Amino acid sequence: MKMKTLALAALSTTLLAGPVAADLVFPSLSYRTGPYAANGIPFADGYQDYFTLLNERDGGIGGVRLQVPECETGYNTEKGVECYEATKGLNPLVYQPLSTGITYQLIPKVTADGIPMHTMGYGRTSAQDGATFPWVFNYPANYWDGASIAVNHILDQEGGDISGKTIALVYHNSAYGKEPIRTLQELATKHGFTLTEIPVDHPGQEQKSQWLQIRRDRPDYVLMWGWGVMNQVAIQEAANINFPMDHFIGIWWSGSENDVIPAGAGANGYKALNMNRVADFPVYDEIRALVVDKGLAAGAGDQIGSVLYGRGMYAAMLAAEAAAKAQELAGTPDITAAQMRDGMEALEITAARMVELGMPDIGPEFSVSCANHGGVGQAYVQQWDATAQQWTVITGLIASDREVIDPLVVEDAAAYASEAGITPACN
Amino acid sequence: MLYREAGDFKTTYQADNQTFPIRFDRWRYYAVLVVAYAVIPFVIGDYWANAILVPFLIYSIAAIGLNILVGYCGQVSLGTGGFMAVGAYAVYKLMTAFPEVSIVIHVLLAGGVTAAVGVLFGLPSLRIKGFYLAVATLAAQFFLVWLFNKVPWFYNYSASGQINAPERSVMGVLVTGPNTAPWAQYMICLVFVTFCAVLARNLTRGSVGRKWMAIRDMDIAAEIIGVNPLTAKLSAFAVSSFFIGISGALFFAVYLGAVEVGEAFGISKSFLVLFMIIIGGLGSIFGSFAGAAFLVLLPVALKVLGVDVLGWPTDIVAHVQLVIVGALIIIFLIAEPHGLAQLWRVAKEKLRLWPFPY
Repeated sequence: MKMKTLALAALSTTLLAGPVAADLVFPSLSYRTGPYAANGIPFADGYQDYFTLLNERDGGIGGVRLQVPECETGYNTEKGVECYEATKGLNPLVYQPLSTGITYQLIPKVTADGIPMHTMGYGRTSAQDGATFPWVFNYPANYWDGASIAVNHILDQEGGDISGKTIALVYHNSAYGKEPIRTLQELATKHGFTLTEIPVDHPGQEQKSQWLQIRRDRPDYVLMWGWGVMNQVAIQEAANINFPMDHFIGIWWSGSENDVIPAGAGANGYKALNMNRVADFPVYDEIRALVVDKGLAAGAGDQIGSVLYGRGMYAAMLAAEAAAKAQELAGTPDITAAQMRDGMEALEITAARMVELGMPDIGPEFSVSCANHGGVGQAYVQQWDATAQQWTVITGLIASDREVIDPLVVEDAAAYASEAGITPACN
Repeated sequence: MLYREAGDFKTTYQADNQTFPIRFDRWRYYAVLVVAYAVIPFVIGDYWANAILVPFLIYSIAAIGLNILVGYCGQVSLGTGGFMAVGAYAVYKLMTAFPEVSIVIHVLLAGGVTAAVGVLFGLPSLRIKGFYLAVATLAAQFFLVWLFNKVPWFYNYSASGQINAPERSVMGVLVTGPNTAPWAQYMICLVFVTFCAVLARNLTRGSVGRKWMAIRDMDIAAEIIGVNPLTAKLSAFAVSSFFIGISGALFFAVYLGAVEVGEAFGISKSFLVLFMIIIGGLGSIFGSFAGAAFLVLLPVALKVLGVDVLGWPTDIVAHVQLVIVGALIIIFLIAEPHGLAQLWRVAKEKLRLWPFPY
């Protein structure tokens, strides 16, 4: 009896002690429950599986093994803070909260604690200004790029002239959904279209009135900034009112298989932006062989090849590349969070490197610098084919209109700097 | 043996009417205060402050506020989230508009603003009662959240609609913003909790509280014995909203630091605080603390047990947690419908007779 208690106590202390100090720690603040789980699960699986692959295939990064402690946030800011505090003591290298709300929460905290945060294609757009936000990165593209890329795609379709047209923005009524409004307003003045803003409240299960308004106003195009269950409902409602699907364009967070499949054939032709190309990359075979078949997969292993699994893996790949860069710069495999930050700021992703990693052309080529934490701001447009049940990439990489975005970034970053009392500086 | 009135002689009316008439209770109360003020601040770390104690203290204030309205005055309210949002946005506007004024004054003023808004939404309570009043306060919840989302003035025209707490200090020590030490966060919340709890305890023991309870027990009888329902109900709304406003202000400024109204102050927050006082005990200050502790600590404890100790997958733990918390709520309410405070009361009755019960 006594031995058993002792053994149990010993077991729980070893488990509580957590990863060995020498490991590189990449916490995964994921959400596998709640209204956003449909999108949170594949991303979290991809993120974790790639690190497992590196452990299995290469023995970690630079010979140091990797740890991915997972913490469930449920897309909720209070739980996100709890997760951040719970994992902060493990010497984490980089946080990727996959939630704009939690990102806003964590920007001041990571800046104070000196831990880098990578918000890939979400979060605060002006974090692109590395002088003001030294610890926050949002490469390879941000929401304002997304808004501009969507408008550029519409321009292409309409032969370069969209004056007098109406574009409606259906958005998640939160910091996330409100991000593109500023840019779209600027673009509306530049190109002469009318912008209608249609908010959808969390979680977005009920959108009858919004789509009734769209049915009445008949806008020429609908853009969507949605996430979780809101995507599925919106696409279903659009199909119900017979809105022309190829005039309905979602941001990269509104374009996964889980969003379109529930609407069945009605979703055919729906378009979404994407920063990571969908294809059967060679790296997926390695993941199947070395991770899934060995029973080490984070999830059920059924998400491989999907849009968000690919994006989670892409995020993990960028983090791993930055860590390798940091090891090279620091000259030691055991890097700290501060050295990781330097690695991220010196990150360069080339086409050759992507081929080497078994994911050719998965995203744009870009390099990061202190002045630009946001990458190149390019994305693909993909279209859903309901019969083949797959996304087809229909354009090349489309660039955003930096002429409009850059002044906005400068303005917003300056506002943050004065609010938070920061003097922007690049060393 | 230890817990008894016998031998504790009172020679003045004042001593006879004190909050804790039993000596052991008084000692316990002082012991809790000593631990809270003189021990915890020296040992508290980031995790304990940010994930456990600060939310517990802040929710305690909200629960005390709602308990005054629902537990003492009998007016059901589902507008707590909305009123917390008023406190948060009021303190944000005050902090950014008058940076030179102390944050303590801003938090109290935010409570005052919320009290005014609470009185406004309390007006229908003079005509409608029970479930119908609950629906009317539900309107307040949705209206206030909509308002803070819709009108950019409230969030100083920021592009994302988020509000961020700037750094403010009390007596040279930072209490808001990311560079705040965990003990400072804890202390400012503790001071407000103590202030609110003492105030609420004394209000409910005095003539104001007796009027509220008269209204709660039977409003017609209360009117006949001379209680003015207008002042009694509206004062309950005002005092309750004042506390809830303070908790909302601290929730934003000290705890989260950045807030998005729909997510942080949605309808689920109203329900959470209502569950706290139902589980803790309606009409009891101790119950407000017990309920807040139950609903703040239990999920964290279950998470630590499931993920860190047992090593289960995070999604399973999150689901099991919902099941266990739900089941415990049902079990508690069947076993003791008057909440944790009643369990405590029964325990004290038994203690008085221990070890020779009759």
